Amino acid sequence: MWSWLGDAAGLRPSPPRRAARAISARVVAVRDEAPGVRTLVLRPGGGWRPHRAGQHVAITVAVAGRLATRTFTISSPPGGRELELTIKDGGRVSGALVRDARPGDVVGLGEPAGDFVLPDQPGRVLFVTAGSGVTPAASMLRDAAARRAMPDAVHVQFARTPRDAIFGDELAALARAHASYRHVAIATARAPRRLSAAYLAELVPDWRDRAAWVCGPAGLIAAATAAFADAGRAHALHVERFHAAVAPAPADARGGTATFRRGAATTATAADGQAPLLVVAERAGLAPRHGCRMGICHSCDAALVSGCARDLRTGARITEPGARVQLCVSAAAGDLSLDLEPRS
Amino acid sequence: MTTPDLDLEAFGRELDAIRDDVTASLGDRDRRYILRAIAAQRALARGGRLLIYASLPLLPIPPLFAGVIGLGTLALGISRILENMEIGHNVLHGQWDWMNDPAIHSSTWEWDTACPADQWKHSHNVEHHTWTNVLGRDRDVGYDILRVTERQPWRPAHLAQPVTNALLALLFQYGVAMHDVDLGALRRGETRLADVRGKLAGIGRKVARQALKDYVVFPALAGPWFLPVLLANVAANLMRNLWSYAIIFCGHFPDGAQVFDEASLAGETRARWYQRQILGSCNITGGPLFHVLSGNLSHQIEHHVFPDLPSNRYPEIAPRVEAICARHGVPYNAGSFARQLGTTLRTIWRLALPTRRRRDALAA
Repeated sequence: MWSWLGDAAGLRPSPPRRAARAISARVVAVRDEAPGVRTLVLRPGGGWRPHRAGQHVAITVAVAGRLATRTFTISSPPGGRELELTIKDGGRVSGALVRDARPGDVVGLGEPAGDFVLPDQPGRVLFVTAGSGVTPAASMLRDAAARRAMPDAVHVQFARTPRDAIFGDELAALARAHASYRHVAIATARAPRRLSAAYLAELVPDWRDRAAWVCGPAGLIAAATAAFADAGRAHALHVERFHAAVAPAPADARGGTATFRRGAATTATAADGQAPLLVVAERAGLAPRHGCRMGICHSCDAALVSGCARDLRTGARITEPGARVQLCVSAAAGDLSLDLEPRS
Repeated sequence: MTTPDLDLEAFGRELDAIRDDVTASLGDRDRRYILRAIAAQRALARGGRLLIYASLPLLPIPPLFAGVIGLGTLALGISRILENMEIGHNVLHGQWDWMNDPAIHSSTWEWDTACPADQWKHSHNVEHHTWTNVLGRDRDVGYDILRVTERQPWRPAHLAQPVTNALLALLFQYGVAMHDVDLGALRRGETRLADVRGKLAGIGRKVARQALKDYVVFPALAGPWFLPVLLANVAANLMRNLWSYAIIFCGHFPDGAQVFDEASLAGETRARWYQRQILGSCNITGGPLFHVLSGNLSHQIEHHVFPDLPSNRYPEIAPRVEAICARHGVPYNAGSFARQLGTTLRTIWRLALPTRRRRDALAA
């Protein structure tokens, strides 16, 4: 009732109750951490549920006028009024956040999520992190230090150079202050070496006795997974991947497999690179709602779940998950998955 | 008719290029524009309501009371005009969907008028914008109740059309609300009441909700001063009705706007579709404030060629569209508000009487 009256009185944006429920956060400070890496200090508005150390959160921000949502690990420990995201400039959205975020900016905030967290009694712990993969470990270690409950932990931190080691100085200081925490910093530019059981044994002789939390690029995760599986220790390994949210756009307009999602039902069918996806869906026996069939009325808009579509009018590639795809004037560009009933 | 007109294809490509240019350059500037428009509209609505309530203790001083409540009503009326036209109509077209913002998206927006957004998106975005000015297909040609072209056969009911037209202007939001029901088809027996029951229920819910808000809840908040607040709300809605009627009727009915037979559409290319949209639409000349208050429907031609490009871009592309039309000999119908509205009303009044069919209006 009150929200309805508020809407009617023009006190809030009228239609989008969903958006009205979303939490927002204000950027209160921006800090340089390493080349191309910055920490944003955010103060969430009402409704923020504190995170657990190691969890991530979805951030929604306008880049070139378009809202985009990306997930970032929270690098600060829980408990404060603020939360910190330490972001490496690596893509369109993260790059814009690192370069352009200023105190006073407002971003959309999701719920904290993820199970890459330490248990209450972690036992003996091994952290292996590379690049910005250090962020969940940093949150856990800061939390443990604040709670005066530092576990028996060894932390192997890979970074290209010492200058690139995010939180390198802070973690070294933490190790000096806590006898149970050992920090092993490796500069990969000097000694590039793939992670293996042998390498692990050199760095952490008792690694087989430790439960491991590993976060970094896909190569690191794959190597750690193999090493732990070979040692019969797969159960002791916890990993956090960086998801590649945006599909690389293929340079040539080949088709692929189009997967249409409608509620719980999915239909997969072959789509060539020229046929409008509306026609592809209809040939597959689906009957998506549509109107003009010429790209003006937006009745057939679907949401891109993953993959890449191509606007047949402009040739523009659509790769952003969640972006609308006008089925009647778009074709597949490689495999793609579409939600025919977005936001319903 | 069967051989492709090379000139027309070039005409189409030049218009496509405008679309590409605008699409490629959409960004922060446009997002700021719509956010500012929405903020301004909200401020006007809040300020207007505040002034209306603030005027009530001034009732013993009639001139002061009239001034303050008048100002509040004006602000409320303008806020509603902005909400329906520059914001609502254009958001519902999907003009702002590119921002990927669920708060400003055609799939979630509901507007502050009697017509349910989902029905509007069908009757307007699909029917009217695809079949613009095609007799028998575009219900916006006289909205099934008015005779706006000599090519519509005269019926005795048209004798009343000066009155019908005036009533439509006064009650415009309800006329718009009924649009998707297609009363004409119902009257001709092509559809049955049972077919449109769902739509009617949707309209009923929206009309009731709007009436409750405007004519019960807000007046009731004033307690003993129910009546003046009710009248202010009625006046604001009336203002919005008359203004939106006037702007919208200038879109396709002024002298020079062409209508088409469905038969002439066979094999219509995109370029020829563009041409039909331009021949059937009329612009109104005016200043920036006028364009915003008209929801940029004063750029009806640009809107019909590019219905889903953000309206704030219509003023900048209008000179390019006009130049392309001039180069290819396509008439570009732009005139003053007085000229476009005057010739529209003259047509409506004149066509109340049966006319001898002088000659078919030009078809493409």
